[in-house]
Amino acid sequence: MLLRHTPKEVVDRKALMINPAKTCQPIGAMYAALGIHGCLPHSHGSQGCCAYHRSTLTRHYKEPVSASTSSFTEGASVFGGQANLMQAINNIFTVYEPDVIAVHTTCLSETIGDDLPQIRKKAQSEGKIPEGKYVLGASTPSYSGSHVTGFSNMVKSMIDLSESTDVKNGKVNIIPGWVEPSDMEEIKRMAALTGVDTIMFPDTSGVLNGPMTGEYKMFPDGGTTIEELKSTGDSIGTLALGEWCSADAARTLDKKCKVPCKVLDMPFGLKATDRFVDTMRTVAGVSVSDELVFERGQLVDMITDMHQYFYKKKVAIAGDPDQLISMVEFLVSIDMCPVHIVTGSPAGKKFIKRMEELTEGIGCEVNIKAKGDLFTLHQWMKNEPVDLLICNTYGKYIARDEDTPFLRWGFPILDRQGHQYFPTVGYKGGLRMLEKILSALMDRMDRDADDAKFELVL
Amino acid sequence: MTVEEKLVQWDPVDIKAKLIAKYPPKVARKRAKQIMINEALENETPEITANVRTIPGIITMRGCTYAGCKGVIMGPTRDIVNLVHGPIGCSFYAWLTRRNQTDPGPEGPDGENFMPYAFSTDMQEQDIIFGGEKKLEAAIQEAYDLFHPKSIAIFATCPVGLIGDDIHTVTRLMKEKFGDCNVYAFSCEGYKGVSQSAGHHIANNQVFRHIVGENDEVKPGKFKINLLGEYNIGGDGFEIDRIFDKCGITCISTFSGNSTYDQFASAHTADLNAVMCHRSINYVADMLETKYGIPWIKVNFIGAEATAKSLRKIAQYFDDKDLIKKVEEVIAEEMPAVEAVAADVKTRTDGKTAMLFVGASRAHHYQGLFTEMGMKVISAGYEFAHRDDYEGRQVIPDLKLDADSRNIEELVVEPDETRFAPRKTAKEIAALEADGLDFKKYDGLIPDMAKDTLIIDDLNQYEAEKLVELMKPDIFCAGIKEKFSIMKLGVPMKQLHSYDSGGPYAGFKGAMNFYAEIDRLTNSKVWSYLKAPWQESPELTAAYVWE
Repeated sequence: MLLRHTPKEVVDRKALMINPAKTCQPIGAMYAALGIHGCLPHSHGSQGCCAYHRSTLTRHYKEPVSASTSSFTEGASVFGGQANLMQAINNIFTVYEPDVIAVHTTCLSETIGDDLPQIRKKAQSEGKIPEGKYVLGASTPSYSGSHVTGFSNMVKSMIDLSESTDVKNGKVNIIPGWVEPSDMEEIKRMAALTGVDTIMFPDTSGVLNGPMTGEYKMFPDGGTTIEELKSTGDSIGTLALGEWCSADAARTLDKKCKVPCKVLDMPFGLKATDRFVDTMRTVAGVSVSDELVFERGQLVDMITDMHQYFYKKKVAIAGDPDQLISMVEFLVSIDMCPVHIVTGSPAGKKFIKRMEELTEGIGCEVNIKAKGDLFTLHQWMKNEPVDLLICNTYGKYIARDEDTPFLRWGFPILDRQGHQYFPTVGYKGGLRMLEKILSALMDRMDRDADDAKFELVL
Repeated sequence: MTVEEKLVQWDPVDIKAKLIAKYPPKVARKRAKQIMINEALENETPEITANVRTIPGIITMRGCTYAGCKGVIMGPTRDIVNLVHGPIGCSFYAWLTRRNQTDPGPEGPDGENFMPYAFSTDMQEQDIIFGGEKKLEAAIQEAYDLFHPKSIAIFATCPVGLIGDDIHTVTRLMKEKFGDCNVYAFSCEGYKGVSQSAGHHIANNQVFRHIVGENDEVKPGKFKINLLGEYNIGGDGFEIDRIFDKCGITCISTFSGNSTYDQFASAHTADLNAVMCHRSINYVADMLETKYGIPWIKVNFIGAEATAKSLRKIAQYFDDKDLIKKVEEVIAEEMPAVEAVAADVKTRTDGKTAMLFVGASRAHHYQGLFTEMGMKVISAGYEFAHRDDYEGRQVIPDLKLDADSRNIEELVVEPDETRFAPRKTAKEIAALEADGLDFKKYDGLIPDMAKDTLIIDDLNQYEAEKLVELMKPDIFCAGIKEKFSIMKLGVPMKQLHSYDSGGPYAGFKGAMNFYAEIDRLTNSKVWSYLKAPWQESPELTAAYVWE
């Protein structure tokens, strides 16, 4: 047993977090910043933060992740990090020549009270920021929120660049939230199929799932361009996917440039995808393409064909609030029973209430926790075993100990491939999700069947 | 940036100039002192600058003090509850990511193993404002109530030092309260020092202060050693243990691969300290000598030749005929298989070139393996070393203590009143030295590098790319952050922190694994697919001729 010290009895903990289901804000900010074309994320703190975030993102995406740091020492921690950041900005523009530096703070620079906007202003006035180049800044203290909050805060900071010229560009902004590069690509494809002209920000497709060509581009071809970010202020509207990941930015843009927004669930599964497509159709005043209708039909076909395998199967799931909402809805929609639901993020009552609504009437008792951890999820599974665990890679220790079929989903996935390339959003992504669920369940049926009951056809 | 066809020869002076050409003048001046052309008389830097501040904004490979303390030194000990006091991230990122293997097997299915767990106080804004001591105390209590471990270690992250939480008082009081659980803390805030290295030192100090010497029980074994600075990445330590067992050498403790609390507590009962990674653990070696009279020698179990040499050194130290004979038998038994694999692989790797930028001993230790395959190391350097790791320990008295190093506590150790027992007399030591066994000696990386090779401290991303572009190595070795940018250039890359998913590479079996791995990396056809047929011959003929 790998998690041999985890007792079955659940005792409430007030101070000790064990096996977190979240991490800290700055890594989310770094991921979001990588979705801007020509952007170098910069971590304003001690260099360990930057090293850890780059390592984790690299292990997940298996792609280069460039980011710089203010490399605080004890002196900077006492006297403030302004000199370090000023020097960093100068060095970065000289050596790496990005279009934009996206600075995020850390618990270190936040605790000592470094004032990012003031430092940025100083850099500007001292000519440290070359003509036509930009420095974005997001406050992302690690001691509040989670990686999701950090992502959201960095996306919100991108609104700094938006401009309104009073001439609408006819486009719809899409803020995809923290999803895979493959998911961002799929959302753009669906929008294009629907005939909607979009600006997606951030957009990590082509950045964190790039090709091998023998050429290294520190700033890959993908990512939302500065021109596009400026133009978001002229769009006809914004679709923000995910209340926790994307809504803040959309509302900020609405306030700043009067671009109306609508906050939707992330398009995981049939129903959330339906709502996404229906909304796109409505805001753009177009009819849904036959291709998308066909893809939807394929997903419904798989659901009805394989329903016997989903029906009443119990699931434990951990992830981020926005992802969980849509995925739990999907599971319930195919008659699976998500009985243990954990997010590490402090998503609060709003999240709990939504989860309760989604799981109402599934006929099982449901455990839901925000600001929870995987230790609790494991304990729940010991008390009420499940047929499937859906979680990031850390779930594999629980799955092995409890001998539970396991599907890797979320962040980080450190030990399997495909998430960068194959989406789980949209109808196509729904098919892939079902394929994975079925494979996990059917592999288990095959493994456990007696010789006499071993089946060729499933 | 792309790698063009191979240059036959390069000029190191020219390469050095190109590496720093794009920097602002201040940065260029500083970096010039950290880039050394080996044995070049015209070189303006006769000594290399190391262990100095990273330049803000220059994309470094380095991590922080917390990573060196919690991640490197304390991470691999399975039965200590390692509780991180701080916001959640630091605990999350150090959770199972270093591939330190551990085997609680000997203690049975109930053997303690907390390594698959991450423990954190998950500090929130109110803890930053009002102080986190109460929360830390409550978290220690909860960990104790849940697991009843023999030891709980507390690690400070950046904000803890800034807000002034007195973690040492909290742990002292909790230790007194529990009575049966050793609780202590590490002030390893990420901003201390200039790299992971400061964290190693802090970890060494506290392990020595709070654990070493706690268990005086004399363990069985005739030839008892401690293996210092071996972290069991990819099972390296298992292979070294296998060889020790075969030779009849008893390893009392390993700092800290596959280790337990009790191993640290008993370390003072060994008769020799064998130091692998000089940088991360030399402090403990020195302190064990001063306080308990245990001498230390430098060993290296990376590479078959180095392994044989290290075993002979240990046998020579104990000066026992049976052990010397046994060691020779083991070497004679193990070497033929190793040599056969090396001979085969060498037909494909001979003359190929490598670059190594890792750690503060791996970039040195791994050169032996490449030599055994007929490969040349054309450039190497450390991420977080000090000058002594480059130039040898004789420079230690000349090292200038800067502001960053001064902040790291230097433990003053006195001989133990009752337990100090020199394992060898001064005369015996002198005789062994006359016979070529060096004590407390490490010559560093530079003497082992060829003339005109480039030795670069704290190599950064920009220089790494430039170096690969200009010198076109057949393989580049560094860490996960560097891996994919190098590979995008079409150059094979091997992680020498975590070994990708491979290993062990230590000892005799490890050497064979490594030869095979480098053979795979440097001779695979997969690197030939980078261009599509139409990119290789883009000319269009007037009309396609159907057959």
